[in-house]
Amino acid sequence: MDAIKSWLGRSGLASVAILAVLLLVVFPLAMDSFRLNLVGKYLTYGFVAIGLVMLWGYGGVLSLGQGVFFGLGGYAMAMFLKLEASDPVSTKIQSTPGIPDFMDWNQLTALPWWWEPFNSFAFTLFAVVAVPVLLAFIVSYAMFKRRVGGVYFAIITQAVALILTVLIIGQQGYTGGVNGITDLKTLMGWDIRTDEAKTLLYFLTAALLLGAILLCRWIQLSKLGTLLLAMRDKEDRVRFSGYDVSMFKVFAFCLAAALSAIGGAMFTLQVGFMSPSFVGIVPSIEMVIFAAVGGRMSLVGAVYGALLVNFGKTYFSETFPDLWLFLMAGLFIGVVMAFPNGLAGLYESHVKPWLARRKQAPAPAGTGGEPPAPTTEPAHKPATVATATTAASATSPSLGTKISSQSV
Amino acid sequence: MSNTDFVLAVEDLTVSFDGFKAIDNLNLYVDRGELRVIIGPNGAGKTTLLDLICGKTKASAGSIKFKNQEMTRLPEHMIVRAGIGRKFQTPSIYENLTVFKNLEVSYPRGRGVFGALCFKCDDAVQAKVDEVAGMIGLADCLDLEAGLLSHGQKQWLEIGMLLMQDPELLMLDEPIAGMSARERELTADLLNRICQNRSVIVIEHDMDFVARIAHKVTVMHQGKILAEGSMDKIRSDPRVIDVYLGH
Repeated sequence: MDAIKSWLGRSGLASVAILAVLLLVVFPLAMDSFRLNLVGKYLTYGFVAIGLVMLWGYGGVLSLGQGVFFGLGGYAMAMFLKLEASDPVSTKIQSTPGIPDFMDWNQLTALPWWWEPFNSFAFTLFAVVAVPVLLAFIVSYAMFKRRVGGVYFAIITQAVALILTVLIIGQQGYTGGVNGITDLKTLMGWDIRTDEAKTLLYFLTAALLLGAILLCRWIQLSKLGTLLLAMRDKEDRVRFSGYDVSMFKVFAFCLAAALSAIGGAMFTLQVGFMSPSFVGIVPSIEMVIFAAVGGRMSLVGAVYGALLVNFGKTYFSETFPDLWLFLMAGLFIGVVMAFPNGLAGLYESHVKPWLARRKQAPAPAGTGGEPPAPTTEPAHKPATVATATTAASATSPSLGTKISSQSV
Repeated sequence: MSNTDFVLAVEDLTVSFDGFKAIDNLNLYVDRGELRVIIGPNGAGKTTLLDLICGKTKASAGSIKFKNQEMTRLPEHMIVRAGIGRKFQTPSIYENLTVFKNLEVSYPRGRGVFGALCFKCDDAVQAKVDEVAGMIGLADCLDLEAGLLSHGQKQWLEIGMLLMQDPELLMLDEPIAGMSARERELTADLLNRICQNRSVIVIEHDMDFVARIAHKVTVMHQGKILAEGSMDKIRSDPRVIDVYLGH
């Protein structure tokens, strides 16, 4: 038991375990199917948020265009589901049966060639990740090889978000335009609109998210994670240590894109549609806020950030629809000004020391004021041992705890 | 540009920034195992020369050959991989990482993206870190966050990070800036030790320190080489006295 405990502490996985219990046990027991589906939807933003932890927190590269990859993943999934929902029987009232309804409304008479591969589920799963990663690779390779970074890179990602939104809305016949791809029904014959399906999809999302956190944690603990931190600190030193800095940034950007895309695909499955309103500049900035509120150095914190901000958004936008955007802006400014490391940072700087103080306080009290004499008073022995172990754990900041303390 | 025995052969090197020639038709040859010190007044182009050799600045004309291999077209990380290490003027270390991590990250294995993912700190890495940490006198501080080191220790750590890579040519830009007298002494000893199986170029202003370490001194002035030779020869050169040592 102690061995497990120390291993969890060392690798910083204790907080992941707590999150896992919360997502897989507490929420499903405490919530009805509707609320659980809502949480499932928020969790899909958790993918984007942990991607931003890797890219922004670790890599020091701020992207204000993560909605692009969320959207591309979501659209890839939506295209498959739409084709399945558009079989010739259920679309027989259209002038061209067998193609998605919005194509028919836009006078298309055949399925565009690039829609064809999305008849295959295997290809769709591949495309959910591959298309966003390819775009991320092209954009980031072109930028980072030319040493474009910082604010300029953020602006370019915004431009990409805008371009994609305009493209999707403009090409209504191919993309469903501003309405998006709606009316999705089944996945390989399995009705995704039932409560049962939604619960199952919730668990799938939660499990994938936990898997993604573990993957990112592994990357953080690898040399690549160290290099990302090193690059953020002294980029030139990394470059002049023989590393091609741009390729590491490209990797971080592609990783964040892939995670966002998986989130997008799970979003489409749970919500039942995908539209340009999840792609553009505003949703992309909201995604950055999730990571900022949760803590951009903390994977688990980012997930809590995504959950909290979205709960807040749902609650406030129902109660004060006009005020929500101002509240959101206020929240972002407040977080950046007051606690730049987010909730996880607050935990590290306030809650953790407080817990440690509480834990340590009773131990010296047990030994009293005078020095213990364990040989003559065996009753005092356990107390001394306890003090010794807490003192040892407090005074030896080993490498593992050092790294884990600034993350997860 | 013929092939030479020199470890570094800089020939006809010129770089101009908007017409201003920071380095003007410069020739410089460094032998294997040599410790060369470059001195000169501010703005002479010393740091620019190191920037050119390590690829931070691109040359307008001329050639830089390292072991007879042209360096001017290579990207920075390839120049490093060829065996040229560069220390910056202000200590450039990863302040948030421990001393151990600083050294470990500098170990020349797993330099690609996927290599770095699969990199394991095995015995060879551990041994190298211990060896280098001993050399730079930081063996007791391995678990310390690098930002907490003293200024002098940071300078040593950066030298240590370069030694991890075993470069054949090491370039140090003012390595003793901000050091105490005792630290300067230790640094001089360190430099004398590390130049035994590699070539070292040092930029420095402190003439006593230069005298302690230099095999040969190059004096730069206005992007050109003013004089070159042993310390004694340089000290008695009237032109050097005039522009630099002077008055």
